[in-house]
Formats: sequence, C-alpha cells, structure tokens
Amino acid sequence: MATSDTFFGKSIKRREDPKLITGKGNYVDDVKMPGTLYASFVRSPHAHAKINGIDSTAAKALKGVVAVYTGKEMIDSGVKPIPVGWLLPNIKVPAHYPMPADRARYMGDPVAVVIAETPYIAKDAAELVQVDYEPLPVVVQGIDAVKKGAAVVHDDVPDNVSFRWSLGNKPETDAAFASAKTVVKQRFVNHRLIPNAIETRSMLASANPGTGEVTLWLNTQNPHVHRLLMAAFVLGMPEHKLRVISPDVGGGFGSKIFIYPEECVLTWATRLLLRPIKWSAERREAFLTDAHGRDHVTEAAIALDGDGKITGLRASTVANLGAYLSLFAPAVPTYLYGTMLSGAYKIPAVHCEVQGVLTNTTPVDAYRGAGRPEACYLVERLIDLAAAATGRDPVELRRLNFIPKDAFPYQTPVAVMYDSGNYTGALDKALAMLDLPKVRAEQAKARKEGRLLGIGFSTYVEACGLAPSQVAGALGAQAGLYESATVRVHPTAKVTVFTGSQAHGQGHETTFAQIAADELQMPMEDIEIVHGDTALVPFGMGSYGSRSAPVGGSAIYMSAQKIKEKAKKIAAHLLEANEADVTYEKGKFSVKGSPDRFKTFGDVALMAYLAHNLPKGLEPGLEALSFFDPGNFVFPFGTHIAVIEILRDTGEVKLVRYLAVDDLGKVINPMIVDGMVHVGIAQGVSQALWEAAVYDENGQLLTGSMMNYALPHAHDMINLELSRTETPSPVNPLGVKGAGETGTIASTPAIANALMDALSPLGIKHLDMPFSPGRVWEAIQAAGGK
Amino acid sequence: MSTISLNVNGNPRQSEIEPRLLLVHYLRETLGLTGTHIGCDTSQCGACTILLDGKAVKSCTLFAVQCEGSAVTTIEGLAAKDGKLHPMQEGFWEKHGLQCGFCTPGMIMSACALLKENPSPTEGQIRMGLEGNICRCTGYHNIVKAVQYAAEKLR
Repeated sequence: MATSDTFFGKSIKRREDPKLITGKGNYVDDVKMPGTLYASFVRSPHAHAKINGIDSTAAKALKGVVAVYTGKEMIDSGVKPIPVGWLLPNIKVPAHYPMPADRARYMGDPVAVVIAETPYIAKDAAELVQVDYEPLPVVVQGIDAVKKGAAVVHDDVPDNVSFRWSLGNKPETDAAFASAKTVVKQRFVNHRLIPNAIETRSMLASANPGTGEVTLWLNTQNPHVHRLLMAAFVLGMPEHKLRVISPDVGGGFGSKIFIYPEECVLTWATRLLLRPIKWSAERREAFLTDAHGRDHVTEAAIALDGDGKITGLRASTVANLGAYLSLFAPAVPTYLYGTMLSGAYKIPAVHCEVQGVLTNTTPVDAYRGAGRPEACYLVERLIDLAAAATGRDPVELRRLNFIPKDAFPYQTPVAVMYDSGNYTGALDKALAMLDLPKVRAEQAKARKEGRLLGIGFSTYVEACGLAPSQVAGALGAQAGLYESATVRVHPTAKVTVFTGSQAHGQGHETTFAQIAADELQMPMEDIEIVHGDTALVPFGMGSYGSRSAPVGGSAIYMSAQKIKEKAKKIAAHLLEANEADVTYEKGKFSVKGSPDRFKTFGDVALMAYLAHNLPKGLEPGLEALSFFDPGNFVFPFGTHIAVIEILRDTGEVKLVRYLAVDDLGKVINPMIVDGMVHVGIAQGVSQALWEAAVYDENGQLLTGSMMNYALPHAHDMINLELSRTETPSPVNPLGVKGAGETGTIASTPAIANALMDALSPLGIKHLDMPFSPGRVWEAIQAAGGK
Repeated sequence: MSTISLNVNGNPRQSEIEPRLLLVHYLRETLGLTGTHIGCDTSQCGACTILLDGKAVKSCTLFAVQCEGSAVTTIEGLAAKDGKLHPMQEGFWEKHGLQCGFCTPGMIMSACALLKENPSPTEGQIRMGLEGNICRCTGYHNIVKAVQYAAEKLR
C-alpha cells in the first residue's frame, strides 16, 4: 500500500472521465423514479404586465394533467419570497415570490405550473392555461430606469434604485484629479451576457409519504445553500427533512448557484401530490430565466502626473440588476467589483460609486468572474487610453505603475489586501513568448499594406477563493464562506473524503484525491471523493468564486493532518514508543532510528476500529472533520496578450495569437488548470467579440436562443499559448490560488485593447463591446477608413 | 400509437410509441440510454448527436418513427463489447477534452463521423467539422487535440 509517488503538481488524467465518455454519467435528468410527474411552467410573454386572472379549466380537463398551480395558490399556502444572500446598507429588497400573483416583471417570469403524467402532456396543457395579462410600461436599460418618469418595476422601490454604494476616499480622489497632469475620461458599457451551461437547470423533487422527507435532485453549485435557504426562508420546512443531491453537473459558470423559482415550486408541489415531479429547462427557458451576467454602464476616469504615474481612478456605475434581486446580485457590482479597481497598480486614490437598479429584464447575478471582469476591463482599458493620451507605450506605462514585488502583502485603497504577487515576472515571461519587437515589426509592415493588425495587453489581478467569513459578514454576506471536509478512514484503510465543494466540471474527484493521497501517503485508488449530497456531506458552501482548491482543498488538507495526528498516537502506543519519536513516511509509522520497528497505516486504521489496544482515553475510529476559513482572499494575476487582425472589408475580427502567462500560486494538476484557463479565455474573448444579450424596447429578449445568441464554436477559437509563473499564496496551507475565472477576467480587455490598437491609425480611441463585424465596419467607415 | 423496429447499438428493438416522440426522448426515456443528452431546442448545441446508419445526426430533430429500420449508435454503443474504449473516447480522456462532460457524448459522435469522412483532417478542418457541436467548458482547445489523437490512432 505504501507508495513513494506524490501527486500534487502532476497532470494526472481525470478519474471522472471514464463514465462521462461512455455515456454513464448521472446528471439530474438521467435520474429515474417510478411514478414521476412532469412540470411545465406558464411564463409571461410580456416584460411587464398585471395578472388580472388565470383560467386553468381547459388545462385541468386535459387527460393526464394532475394539477395546475398559480402564484396566488402558492402564496396563500404560506410560501415566502426567495431571500437575498448579500445585503448592503439601506438596500431595498422587493419581494420575489417563486411565482408572482400580481404582476409579471420580466419576459419568462413564471405565473403558473402544470403538472402532468408526461412532459408532452404537461407542455400541451401549459399552452391551454389562459392568463389575462394587462401590459404595463416597461423599462429595460439600467440607465433609463433611474430617469424621472421611468416605468416602476416594484411599487415599493419607486425610483427603481435598490441600493447606492460607494467605496474609497472621495476627497482624496477628487484632489488627485484636481492636481493631475493628464486626465482621461471614458464611458464604458459592459454588456449583458447569458451563461449557457450546456446542461440546462434540471430537477426532480420527491416527497416520501412515510417520512415526510423531500429529496431534491438539483444541478446546483451549492447543495447546502439551496437546502438552507429553501427550508428556512421560502418553504418553511425543517432543514433536516430536505435532502439535496447534486449528482454530475453539466457546467454552471455561476448560473447554478442561485435559488430559482422552479426548485421552490417543485419541492412545494411534491409535498402536496406525494409523487416525484421532474422539470428540466428547455434552452429557450434557460435564456429567459438563468441569471444573466454583467450589464454595467460606467463613467470612469484616470489621473496621471507628469511622470506617467497614476494618481487617481474613479468610476460611477449603473448596474442593471433585472426584475428581482437574485441571490448574490448585490455583491457582484459592489464588493466583487469596486474592490478590484486598483488593478495591478499602485494608485494612491480610488473612488467608486454604484447604483444597483431594477428593470423589466431577467435577474442578473454572478457569471464567470462576477464583478471582477467588469473592474479589470475598466482598469485595463483606462491604462491603454492613458498611454495613448500621454504618448507612452502601454506596456511601459503598466510596468511603471505595477505594485512592486516587495510590496506584498499590499493594501489597496479599495479595502482589499493582495496576498502575493510578482507582476513584472509574468509580464516579462509573456513578452518573451510573444517576441514583442518582432510582432511590432509585423504590425508596422501590415499597416503599410493597409491591414489592421492589433496587439492588446491585459496585466490583470483578481480576487478569488471567496472567504473569509468574518470579512464577508461585515460586508453584508448572510452566510459564512468557509468550506468543510470530512476524511473518513475505513477499517481496511480505504478512505472516503466528503467535501462541501461541488464540482460541475472542475475535476475535484481527481485534484482532491491528489491532495489527500499525498497527505495520507497512499495511492489515489484508495481514496474516494464524495460531494453533492446534503445527507452525506457536512455543511458546505459549494463552488463559485474559484474557491474549491484554495478553500475546499485546504479543508481536506486540514482533516488529513488530524487523521495523521490521531494515527500517530495509535502507532506510538502499538510500537510502545514515545509519540514524539514516531515518524510517518511512505505509509509507515516507524520509530526514529529503528526503521524496522513500524506499523503500516493499514495496521493503525484496523486497530482504530478494533479498539482492542488503544492509548488510554483515545476514542475508537479514524475520522476527522475540518472547516477551513482562510484569513484572506487569494489574488491570482498575470499577463494576457492578444494579437488580432480586422478584416477591413467586413469588420470581422480574426484571432491571430493569444498568449497567457498566469500566476495561480501552486498548481495541483497542470492539465486541469490549463483546461480551465483555456475556457476562461474563450468566454472572455467571446464577450469582447460575439456574445451579447439584446432586449428590444419592450423588454423582449431578441437573443433568446442559440440561433441568435453567438456562443463560440470550435472554428471561432485558435490554439492558445499558455505558460505560468508560480508565486505561492500565504493564505492557505496548499499555497494555491483560484484558476477558474482568471481567463475570463483577463481576456476581454486584452481583446479590446488589441482591437483599439488595430484601429488606432484611423484615430478611433474607443468602441463598446461586442466588436461585431457590423459595429467595427461602421466605425471604420465613420472614421473614413474604408 | 405507432410501432417501430430499429437496431440500437447492435440490439434489435421494437416499441409502441407516440408518433410525435422525438428520437432523443425515445433513446433516453423509452430505452433508458441516458448517455445522449439534450442541450437545446433548436438543433444548435449537438449534445444529442448520434450515428444514424453511420451518419452523425441530431436526435432532437428527428421523430423516432422516422428511424424505422435504421441502425442507431449512441455513446453507449461506441466502446468495444469488452469495454475497450474507442480511440475517440481514449483521445478525449488522454487530452482532457472534457470538463463537465455534458456535451461530450455528442461531441464524440460528431468527431467519429468527421474522421470517417476525413481520416486525416487539418486543425482547421477539425474545427470546422465540429461546427454543429457547442462546448462551453473547454474553449475547444483540447477537443481539437483529442480528435487529432484519435485520427492518429485510427490511421
């Protein structure tokens, strides 16, 4: 059993894959229960409408229909609104019932549910439900919602402003701008995105008529959070009577964090009907109802002195939150955004103010990066604009203003303290990979030929590993942000690890086993990773904010240490040695100086459960539970460089090269981390070039299917050139940082800066995303550049 | 109700079904072959791709009754009877061509059909050949490598 192999840092093939490549995965929609009923939701076709009445007579008369429920029936039965998990000072939280009784407030708002024997019958019947809608005035854009006379989304928020929030020192920032040599101002639109995990939201709720327990299979990123909030706030059922199981989950990108109406409706309805009920969103429904991302309009400015040193930065943002406050919506455009406005730079004064506003659109919440892409886009674009305005090289302006390597931990003027960094190191490595002089020479040649070639830089830093609880609590979080892990050693020395992290593509079953196997000095095959079941796993906070490795992985590390400590006590006792003289190496406990006197881990595990000969007072068993609550976030950083070419005749943007040098601290599995960076980049590039949620003035979602929302295909992307530097984080025992969101955060401004660099000979300084061919072509024409 | 007879993964099947039943629902619900996934409702994402008489088709776009007398291969039928993985499956595992795994069965089936038509595709041909399948997890980088791996093995 003993092994000399270590696993941390190795590209070990994923243990998840054999089932997933042979069709043996177990996603929620694959779970079958006898007697299952199927739900279909009746959704508002209007962005804003009064519900005068709902007639379900015809639907109920259809053979195979079991029930039709409306919002009114649900509310009358005592169901409460869906709560908000992050509160800000003086925030207004309008009631968000799973199904509204009075008014539909966005296109897709569910107003009734049909439950029937088959999904086909449920859908037929949903079309027979007659809803008497009275359309109301609509407000779609955040900046319109704050105007006088705008349509009011919720009567108890008459100005549509849910919160006003600010961060940083305003007088100091104003003073910095007043004395600046150069001030550059720009309005930025960071447009709305739709997450589009390929597995749509899916659920199966089943009440046990004997015990009253409800089991809810749900593809969530945080099963315990779902259980807690649905039980304690929405449905008023005892927490221990609700079990949430999240089996294989087909992607999330944030969209599967939140409490949605549908799981509340199904859990409520199965308790009435005492039969299992299933619902899986159609893609059309996913577009309309999965929480959207981004949607900021910002007036921003940067101030520089005569030497090119940045002296101040400010941003005033209107964040469109949609029709209701989604679970963590208030945190995204505030503490996940304003805190990152210092970027990788030493800026003495930063100030940020945000209005979170309600509109007749789908609720907005965390989507890959969540607030940090918006901040990074702003800062990295401002740097390039400042470079252009002062005639400086964008790379050198960055280098001049970087927080130096010896300044960490570094306290920014916007609340956060960066843990560790070496920004110049990553930049230099990326420049060497690129061969900047050569590429600049190619660019000069291209320009002579009339071609539009651009090089864009993004020297990002981001905050992830979401924690610590005390800080989060002080900032408004209604939950802790620790993570749990139980390591259970069985009598035969096989190990089960129960983690509160919830994989939805990240490969935890592999990386977490790598951590545990190294610490316990055993083969990975002897370790099973269990997640996604509230009946098995101790309370956990789940996976988002690139927290699984730094927080969840560290909890596993901690429990493994506790296991070794107890095992050592037992071994010392069996070896009749002093505990201090016993060492654990290669799976064996031995006495220092006499390596032939040893007990294997297996001997100790067995004795822990036989309990025939344990140290006096020591409890039998070998199991440890830990909750890891780190002292800080972790702050990955790096340099991304995009080289693009604009096809002059069509405005189409072609990726020529894309390089990324990321510093993610120590890396557990390089293959898996590379994979996360690849897709992070794809999603960020896609925001810059292709994806955009578009509503018309009536609040109709025009990009409501994969036919008209531009998700990237294989031929849109190119081969990516990745490398890393390694600056361990001091925040957790593994030295790791998060890897899931860096690519998305870094790549959008890299593309934008490359595009503006390409267009600079035409005198174009700024365009808003997405850089669709039409938009780029028009800009070229307007600049007289044909 | 209609009766259909077809062959699925080498096994003859006969079923009484509603004429409007989609092939993907027939596979997943009637036959319990849940490896074929549903990711959209407009035939864009390709998660439901299967081989119908050797050709890659989207099973959400066909009625089951249209497949009378046909041979269907799903992801469950791709590996050898003894469990030995198809080179394409092997490629996806070796090259980390999947993360959440939801698009993977359809992606693998499409890639198999692609190599059947063009056993030695260039990177660009692989990227264009997978145009009918959307992956949101990998950025396609390693999917391309997985297909290249399989192409090499199958040559």
